[in-house]
Amino acid sequence: MIAEDISLSPAPRYRPSLSLKTKLRAYFGSPINSIITVGCILVIAWALRHVISWLFVDAVFVGTPAICQQESGACWPFLVAKIRFMLFGFYPFEEQWRPLLALLLFFGTCGTAMVPVFWGRHLLFGGLAACVIIFWLMLGGFAGLAYVPTSKWGGLPLSFMLSAVGLVCAFPLGVLLALARASELPAIRVLAVVFIELVRGVPLISVLFMASVMLPLFLPSGFNIDNLLRAQVAIILFAAAYIAEVVRGGLQALPKGQAEAASAMGLHYWQTMRLIVLPQALKIVIPPLVSLFIGFFQDTTLVTIVGLLDFLDTVRAAMRDPQWQGIAVLEGYVFAAVVYLIFSATMGAYSRYLERRFRVGHD
Amino acid sequence: MKSTWVKRFVFALLAACAVLGATAASAQQTLETVKKRGKLVCGVSMNVAGFAYADNKGVMQGFDADVCRAVAAAVFGAPDKVDFVLTNINTRFQALQSGEIDILSRQTTMTFSREASLGLDFGPTVFYDGQGIMVPAKLGVASAKELNDAAICILPGTTTLQNLADFFRANNGKFESVVFENPDELRNTFFSGRCDALSSDRSDLASIRAVAKNPADYVILPDTISKEPLAPAVRQGDDNWRDIVSFTAYGIIAAEEKGITQANIDEMAKSEDPEIQRMLGVTGDLGPMLGLDNKWLYNAVKGVGNYGEMFERNLGEKTALGLTRGPNNQWTNGGLLYAAPFR
Repeated sequence: MIAEDISLSPAPRYRPSLSLKTKLRAYFGSPINSIITVGCILVIAWALRHVISWLFVDAVFVGTPAICQQESGACWPFLVAKIRFMLFGFYPFEEQWRPLLALLLFFGTCGTAMVPVFWGRHLLFGGLAACVIIFWLMLGGFAGLAYVPTSKWGGLPLSFMLSAVGLVCAFPLGVLLALARASELPAIRVLAVVFIELVRGVPLISVLFMASVMLPLFLPSGFNIDNLLRAQVAIILFAAAYIAEVVRGGLQALPKGQAEAASAMGLHYWQTMRLIVLPQALKIVIPPLVSLFIGFFQDTTLVTIVGLLDFLDTVRAAMRDPQWQGIAVLEGYVFAAVVYLIFSATMGAYSRYLERRFRVGHD
Repeated sequence: MKSTWVKRFVFALLAACAVLGATAASAQQTLETVKKRGKLVCGVSMNVAGFAYADNKGVMQGFDADVCRAVAAAVFGAPDKVDFVLTNINTRFQALQSGEIDILSRQTTMTFSREASLGLDFGPTVFYDGQGIMVPAKLGVASAKELNDAAICILPGTTTLQNLADFFRANNGKFESVVFENPDELRNTFFSGRCDALSSDRSDLASIRAVAKNPADYVILPDTISKEPLAPAVRQGDDNWRDIVSFTAYGIIAAEEKGITQANIDEMAKSEDPEIQRMLGVTGDLGPMLGLDNKWLYNAVKGVGNYGEMFERNLGEKTALGLTRGPNNQWTNGGLLYAAPFR
């Protein structure tokens, strides 16, 4: 038993510091290695040259669509003209400080929540308060802000809201589902299995479709559930099923002895789970959990299929302006890719930080 | 035993669906709902430039959007009382059936099967389109019939491929279709010369040709291989609402025929022409017959202009799309626009 427990903690990584000579030998040791190295350098240089000339040298920085049409490089005036539409979609132009403020508040809250010093109960309340304020900023309708229906929401705030609210709500649900699936009570276990397998057996697109196309046909005429809410609930249920399976993996990785020892100490089920099992299980599943989160952040682009205008879709819509159509094609996609890359990479880096931190704390 | 039970369940589900759909459809209350809501809800799509697109301030512009604005102006006297809802090829009809939108003004072709089986009614055709074929000029082709074994680039439209197949079968030709999900990809592939031809609606072809480095390098062949009458649609069963949409559309067409423009409408209201007087609500009571103000058509034309103004503003030769009127001209000018008389 003891040996098994030790094997749980990963072996320290062996990272020899290489001298310049060893490094050079690795790249130019044999004729074949030299050819491969030189070949790679040439390919990279060639690609870089084209990228840089497209991005900067041949690019148009100030100008009209007609000027862009004549140049072969990037057309940045397109981004300048369309940036507010790309970021906020059809949100009323004069009111766009509201989603901007909501976004900043969201980043601030997330940034704070990422710093371990602030972890605690007050963070939970702070986060809830931030949610309420963000929602009030976006929707308005009271306390001096004009009402903006959800059909006008779009762009980056919508993407973030769908994924953040989706994952925050789905996470506890997913953990509960994972516990239910590992439960010894047959009825609960079967319900959890049925739910998880049902949701996982259907593509997200069809769940979104069911929510936005089928559901209204069953409701009485004139009684409409908000389109955004429908998509949001679909995403929550969907994410919960996937999170449940990831968390179950963590539960199974824990030796049975942990729960048994907790019972022997006289802890009841919830105490065992909260204090002993889940902290260890969740720590194990940080990497798959974060890749799931990144995946869902990007999957929210699927809501375009039900007529919601997420960030990628506002970028696409901006390119349909007849003034720019066919002239600025790549620029919008590059911009979208950079934005998605920044946030996905941040999440990835944070997950690596968490892993390191927890390893130091527990092992 | 089990399978019959399942069948029965599915059947019951479908029946419930149909009943609910029918109750939604038979409701003759769209005008009431719209008035109570204070806004018209209009389904559009941002797929084709010029018909519906967002300007730099995120305001919906375009020909389809203006059709909705005209109806909003007729109902409320203000063209900006519209909420636009984005629909796509898959959700457009359900959005209308479920009452989520009041009008579908979205590049939708009026066809027999849609009219007969989808629980919707089409208004008058507001744009006559047709599928055409564009080829590089250097190919030296004068007619689509000369294209044999050509690789033709298309978008995955509902009928684009079928029309091509019908055309080539009728002419004993063969072709290879190359399907692209994304219009930008389609365009760039065609310009880079990887397909022999590109097929889409003629309005679309013109807008694609307009953004080529050198538009003269491409020709749009004279053959029109399908008819695509694009019309706004409303839910079936609400005749009053359909009349409002239809006659607002006829009204802006007739306004061009009569020479009424956004600018001169107040002048025209003093006209001696009895039909103009009836249209603009100076005499008669056409508006109240629809449940609207007698100034309904005056407001619509004042709000968005007549058909010609709408066309020139969104699609015409001064825009980036550079479309000519072609069949979308008044019958008096050799086009197909022929509004019902206002009497």
